[in-house]
Amino acid sequence: MPSPKAQVVHVLYFAWVRERIGVPREEVQTSAVTVADLVAELRSREERYDLAFADMSALRVALDQELVEFDAPLAGVREVAFFPPMTGG
Amino acid sequence: MIRVQAMPFDPGGELNVFSASVAGAGAIVSFTGVVRDVAGGLSGMEIEHYPGMTEKALSAIRGEAMQRWDLADALVIHRIGQLEAHESIMMVATASQHRKSAFEAAEFLMDYLKSRAPFWKKEITLDGSDWVDSKAEDEDALSRW
Repeated sequence: MPSPKAQVVHVLYFAWVRERIGVPREEVQTSAVTVADLVAELRSREERYDLAFADMSALRVALDQELVEFDAPLAGVREVAFFPPMTGG
Repeated sequence: MIRVQAMPFDPGGELNVFSASVAGAGAIVSFTGVVRDVAGGLSGMEIEHYPGMTEKALSAIRGEAMQRWDLADALVIHRIGQLEAHESIMMVATASQHRKSAFEAAEFLMDYLKSRAPFWKKEITLDGSDWVDSKAEDEDALSRW
C-alpha cells in the first residue's frame, strides 16, 4: 500500500481540551489516515496532548465543522476540531 | 431566525416581535434558559462556542424542525461570553397552526441544542470555575425524535 500523503490541517481545541493543550488552534503536518491516527500522532508528541486525549469517550471531533466518529478519514480535510461533549441550552 | 450573540437580550421583547411576525399562527411556544444559582454561590457563567460551526449546526437543527413540523417560523437565540446569575442564556420560540406541533418542535430544538450545537458552559463560583459536564440523559433525549 502506498504511504498516505502528508497534509497540513488546522487543528482547533475547545473548552477544557483547549485549556489542557494550552493553545486554541495550531497547524499540524500529518500523514494520518484517520482522526484516530492523528490523535495517536499528537499523543506521542508531548505529555499535554497525552493528557488531553487520555479519555477518548470524553471527547468529540468535527471535520470541517461536521461531527464525525474517530475512525473518519482525514483525506482532503482542512479543519479538525476536538472538544468535550457539548453543553448548550 | 438564528442569533448567536454576546449581548444580553429581553426574552419578552423578543417574543413580542416574533409573535407579531407570525400573525395568523394559532400557537406560539417559547422557552427561555436562565443562568441558575448553584450550591456554593454562582457568580457567573462563561459560554464558549465554535464560530462558524455554531451557526451551521443551529441552522441545520432549525431547518430540521421546520421540515418535520408545519411551522410558520422558529427562532433560536443563544448567548456567548460572560453571563451573570439570573441572566437569560438562550431562547427558542416556535409558531404553528396547532399547539402540539409548536410544543414538540420547541422540545426538539432544545434537545438538539443541548448536545449537538457546539457550546460549552463554564460555571464560575466563589470556589473557582469548572466546565459543566454533559449529562447522559441529554444524549438519551435525542433518541425520542
